Amino acid sequence: MKDPKVYVEVIARIDPEGGLYPLEIIWEDGRSFHISRITDIRRASSMKAGGTGIRYSCVINNQSTHLFFEEDRFFVERK
Amino acid sequence: MRTILHADANSFYASVECLHHPEIRDRAVAVGGDASLRHGIILAKNERAKAMGVKTGEALWQARQKCPNLLILKPNFSLYLRFSRLLREMFYEYSDLVEPFGLDEAWIDVTGSTGLFGGGYKIAEQIRRRVKDELGITVSVGVANNKIFAKLASDMKKPDAVTNITESNYKELVWPLPASDLLYVGPSTTRKLRRYGVNTIGDIATADSGFLHRLLGKTGYILHGFANGLDSSPVEQLGEEAVIKSIGNSTTTPRDLVCEEDVRIICWPLSESVASRLRKHGFVCRGIQISVRDNSLFSFERQCQLERPSALSYDIFDSAMTLFKNNYDWANPIRSFGVRAINLVGSDTAVQTSLFEDEERRQKRERLDLAVEDIRMRFGHSSIRRAIILQDHTLSGLNPSEHTIHPVGYFKPTN
Repeated sequence: MKDPKVYVEVIARIDPEGGLYPLEIIWEDGRSFHISRITDIRRASSMKAGGTGIRYSCVINNQSTHLFFEEDRFFVERK
Repeated sequence: MRTILHADANSFYASVECLHHPEIRDRAVAVGGDASLRHGIILAKNERAKAMGVKTGEALWQARQKCPNLLILKPNFSLYLRFSRLLREMFYEYSDLVEPFGLDEAWIDVTGSTGLFGGGYKIAEQIRRRVKDELGITVSVGVANNKIFAKLASDMKKPDAVTNITESNYKELVWPLPASDLLYVGPSTTRKLRRYGVNTIGDIATADSGFLHRLLGKTGYILHGFANGLDSSPVEQLGEEAVIKSIGNSTTTPRDLVCEEDVRIICWPLSESVASRLRKHGFVCRGIQISVRDNSLFSFERQCQLERPSALSYDIFDSAMTLFKNNYDWANPIRSFGVRAINLVGSDTAVQTSLFEDEERRQKRERLDLAVEDIRMRFGHSSIRRAIILQDHTLSGLNPSEHTIHPVGYFKPTN
């Protein structure tokens, strides 16, 4: 079984107040996914992937997905 | 009337590990000292391991005997420190009066914030739920009007629960508990009390305080107060730095120390206590500091680095005595002496062994320390002692293990 926790490359925007907003996720195989909307930002744990961080609820291709910012990097839960 | 919470992260190290390793969540898991070197102790275990009888503090081989399938993980202290910090950050959202007690426990005085967030119980529930949702681990929270009862309450229901001790229910909830559950009641006090039929906290509460005083000295009064919920010690406003940065013990001696031999008698139990607490928290130290106060109340501190990180009572004793001999000229007799382990690092840190040191001897000493600790855990602190302790009964009345169980707030820094 593959690790349910996948660290991913993220392109993000940092606003003048220091707010961090991910724009694009680049998956392990190089495909990139544009984040069309962020619907929620809060601290949350991921029981599925195993860890905790700031959780961005993102809409990608009309599907909602969670992106976690763990200290200094991003991970997603493998579907 | 104050509102005090005590939050205790359940099986802290093990819970953090289970969160990060979804594949082991349904197994019996423990976090243990240095398993690769075939020694070390259980630092934490999950509920499954607990159900098999695995106990915190026992040797890894003992745990494996009880639970052959036990998965023992090496500790990852930087990860635990991160979670400890996240917990505290959350507590600070409710009050600035947060007193951490180790990495996984804290008192929070929310008296001033009940107007904003609702009563103590409501805040406790909120914290419990948030820790679970946001951090993926669980806490049990005790609510009471003093620190002692709050701590007792957090032990009553776990994991992931809130217990409220009020003026109307404390006799029902607290008084039936065994006396040894009360802070300050160690094995020897328990024995003393039992001799007089004082077995529960309720027995202490209803006993005559004069009688307790005759039996236990001034501790008697303190215990009587604790048992009746009359504890007024404040939640200390401690910042980040309060989380274990150093571990030390000091004592004002029953009589002034007049020669080096006296200092040795005092220094041994202090060093043993520091060593045992280092191990308990999974640390080794890179430096030793001593503090000396003479009978004119002049005091000083000196510190030195160790050749290599250690948690051995011998190393601590040896460095402390060397520091002392190099820095004291016996201008006056000594009133108080302290030993502290500083520059702590996790005991899993890789160590450069030395060519010029007898490694076998060092390992022997480590095994000796563990054996002594094991005996003390089973038969009480005074069941095994260094011969030097017997040379002077006045000085050796000190039982350092009893110094370690108090919250920092009661008896100013022992750690």
